[in-house]
Amino acid sequence: MTTGEGGDLPPSLDLLNSCRGCPVPVLFLAIIRRLLLSIALIAVSVPAFAASFEESVAKFANDDFSDTDEAVGEIAVSGNPLAFPIISALQDERLMFDAETKKVYVKQADGKIIDAATGAAVDKLPDGAAAVSLNNRLRRTVDAALGGLTLLSPDTNTRLTAAKSVFKSHDEATLPTVESALAKETNRAVKQALTEARAAILLFKSDASEVDKLEAVATIRSRGDQEALALLTEISGGDQPASVTKAAAGAISSIQSTLAVWSGVQNAWYGLSLGSVLLLAAIGLAITFGVMGVINMAHGEMVMLGAYTTFVVQEVIRTRYPALFDYSLLIAAPLAFLVAGAIGVLIERTIIRFLYGRPLETLLATWGLSLILQQAVRSAFGPTNREVGNPSWMSGAFELGQITITYNRLWILCFTMAVFAILLAMLRYTALGLEMRAVTQNRRMAASMGIATSRVDALTFGLGSGIAGIAGVALSQIDNVSPNLGQSYIIDSFMVVVFGGVGNLWGTLVGAFTLGIANKFLEPVAGAVLGKIAILVLIILFIQKRPRGLFALKGRAVEA
Amino acid sequence: MPHLLTRSLDRGASIFLLVVAACGILIPLSNLLLPAGSALQVPTYLVALWGKYVCYAILALSIDLIWGYCGILSLGHGAFFALGGYAMGMYLMRQIGTRGVYGNPILPDFMVFLNYSKLPWYWHGFDMFWFAALMVLLVPGLLAFCFGWLAFRSRVTGVYLSIITQAMTYALLLAFFRNDFGFGGNNGLTDFKDVLGFNVQAEGTRAALFALSCLALILAFLICRAVVSSKLGKVLIAIRDAESRTRFLGYRVESYKLFVFTLSACMAGVAGALYVPQVGIINPSEFAPGNSIEAVIWVAVGGRGTLVGAALGAVVVNYAKTFFTSGVLAPYWLFMLGALFVLVTLLLPKGILGTFNSWWDQLSTRTPNADSAAREDGVTEPKMAE
Repeated sequence: MTTGEGGDLPPSLDLLNSCRGCPVPVLFLAIIRRLLLSIALIAVSVPAFAASFEESVAKFANDDFSDTDEAVGEIAVSGNPLAFPIISALQDERLMFDAETKKVYVKQADGKIIDAATGAAVDKLPDGAAAVSLNNRLRRTVDAALGGLTLLSPDTNTRLTAAKSVFKSHDEATLPTVESALAKETNRAVKQALTEARAAILLFKSDASEVDKLEAVATIRSRGDQEALALLTEISGGDQPASVTKAAAGAISSIQSTLAVWSGVQNAWYGLSLGSVLLLAAIGLAITFGVMGVINMAHGEMVMLGAYTTFVVQEVIRTRYPALFDYSLLIAAPLAFLVAGAIGVLIERTIIRFLYGRPLETLLATWGLSLILQQAVRSAFGPTNREVGNPSWMSGAFELGQITITYNRLWILCFTMAVFAILLAMLRYTALGLEMRAVTQNRRMAASMGIATSRVDALTFGLGSGIAGIAGVALSQIDNVSPNLGQSYIIDSFMVVVFGGVGNLWGTLVGAFTLGIANKFLEPVAGAVLGKIAILVLIILFIQKRPRGLFALKGRAVEA
Repeated sequence: MPHLLTRSLDRGASIFLLVVAACGILIPLSNLLLPAGSALQVPTYLVALWGKYVCYAILALSIDLIWGYCGILSLGHGAFFALGGYAMGMYLMRQIGTRGVYGNPILPDFMVFLNYSKLPWYWHGFDMFWFAALMVLLVPGLLAFCFGWLAFRSRVTGVYLSIITQAMTYALLLAFFRNDFGFGGNNGLTDFKDVLGFNVQAEGTRAALFALSCLALILAFLICRAVVSSKLGKVLIAIRDAESRTRFLGYRVESYKLFVFTLSACMAGVAGALYVPQVGIINPSEFAPGNSIEAVIWVAVGGRGTLVGAALGAVVVNYAKTFFTSGVLAPYWLFMLGALFVLVTLLLPKGILGTFNSWWDQLSTRTPNADSAAREDGVTEPKMAE
């Protein structure tokens, strides 16, 4: 948009704008002329308009505050694609003029010079060129002009943002610009935003007709979000015709009920998202605690190790192969599984296997391990948070109705379900899974049938730890990667497993989502911390009622 | 041979009591009477530090009483300790009176800061020492009673109990961090001026508090000894070793557990109450689950199921902590603490004193005849498995 020709603009708009500031009859005349000669005029109006644009630009060369003011006003409504670069150059004092030749130049941000009137490139500035000077009043004019100009920007997103900000500010002065932008807008979303912006302005415009205002209320009512609600609440207190006040009150109650439904949906989504995080953190524990009965207090540290693996992978990619950055998580996931899994097997072989049948001692020993691992990571990577980036496909968000869904949360939900499904399938259909289930149900019988129980133990523990590592990869995207990462999840994970029922993966799934959703629905009522306390108390009470969780194992396994 | 065991334990117990009593008398005396700088004078900061250890030793005793003798592993005992501490802290806050930064005669500083218009109802009465002292026992005791009543009645045992006690202290941690909970939020209660009219910073007060802590340790030890050596104690050990069997024999297991759990919580509360004036602050981090787990490791290091060992473990581990975290080895302290957890559970399941006791027994019985020694092993060694 920095360079280009004025001729590609719709002539009707040019004509209308070129008459802005003329006496009203002239404007009418111009419109009638447009109606009569719509096509024939194109050829005539463009040169006519171009001349006036050049004249306006030439006013800058006078370097007189009132001339500059006029020039800004004329250029802002000219619709010429050079308008934006010229006015923003003026704002940054990059607009140069040559008093002798009365020519005006734009010094672009990259140092190139163009002729302000034509947009043609110029080799170098004339010797006597100086920047057009500004005072505070002019600066305000320039700011306002730039705000309006973005509404006419060729970039859809810029126009959309501009329309939304006009909706918020509902400044009367922007009404003509909004209307002219609306007339030539083709993009549906931008058009909608502009209509809403226009409605917002009309609602606050004291001399707008009642019909216009009623229509505006209807438009804003159909928008139906928090901002619309705020806007309507604001006007209903003001001085408005009775019919408008009534319509606004109706719109407010309708919007409020819509909002209530959406906030329910929003809470449900947040709950699902939290549930998926809890499930991801707890699923490895469901294997080690649930299937093996080993209390692994170092489970959180496995998650932390996974997150640090992601950090290391991203560091290597950043320094060596920046192009692979979007794939960093795909590379980190198997590596994190291997790192955490290998450490898990090591822990099982060196410590835990001596403590089977002594759960309380296992708890203490693994707590000690968690201290060691935390301190080791702290020594190696420092105590502060490390930066783990989001790949492009995980950043950003989209809007679904009135809720915003961020891609990273959505991906984590999908990822969690995938991990869960794979784990379930592994337990059910593979030889290792069969052996694991056999050892869980009856260790001695399994050993008598020729299953190497100690090998199965080591692999099971490795599997649980490895999955914790994978969880770390995902959690690194939404949480701070610090040595304390794991500790914040360990109590929650235990709650999920105990609540869902030990030894049952489905119980863990149900437990995680129940706790997640319950937490998010309690939060708006009780506040984040009280909600969490309430959940903890409820779980403690629930354990009294069902000491073995939601889905308790039945039969002989209970005795183990 | 149980006589020999009782006798040897008695000997250990009496030595322990003598040492504690001697410390409780001599250290304050040396601090107060000897001139500063003399070789035998104990500086005031050491009196406060050792006073802290003694409070930890009481906490360790209370944990050993339930874990070592009844098999209840509470990972939330720090909560009872902290609640006792808060009760004492509330009394100390009320004693500040108009000497606070804002000079409000009723409201503690943090309440003025947080725009409280009047004292919350649960702060009433804490201006009286007897009431605060009662609360030190009552609040942890009541919480333990309710918690235990719910948990033991529905037969929540073993690891599940450990996890929900941890959840309990975690919930309290979150609650006490809140500003509107009325306990000073993040900063807790601090800036105390005096206790029972004596300045908490004064040397005399510190020495007296130390002596009192030693007295409390002796009393706690005697209470624990009385409990574990009575018939009640035998039932507790039976519950630890075979809960179902004890129940089938007609004992009401949950009543026994509830009694000992509540008693233990009260002891932890007293420890916390003595701890607060000596360190001069109580804040929500005392509720952190990590603290409670660390207290369990003191017991494990000293010797689970030996009361002297628990107290010894608390002092040894905390002395090591002070020693290492104040030197160049500070970054390695967590490695050492972690290794302590792992090595003690793997290699010294009976702790220092338990191992020493069985080694001593073996040594002293080797001379009479071998088979009685073998038989005795089965009798004397506390069974550690669940």
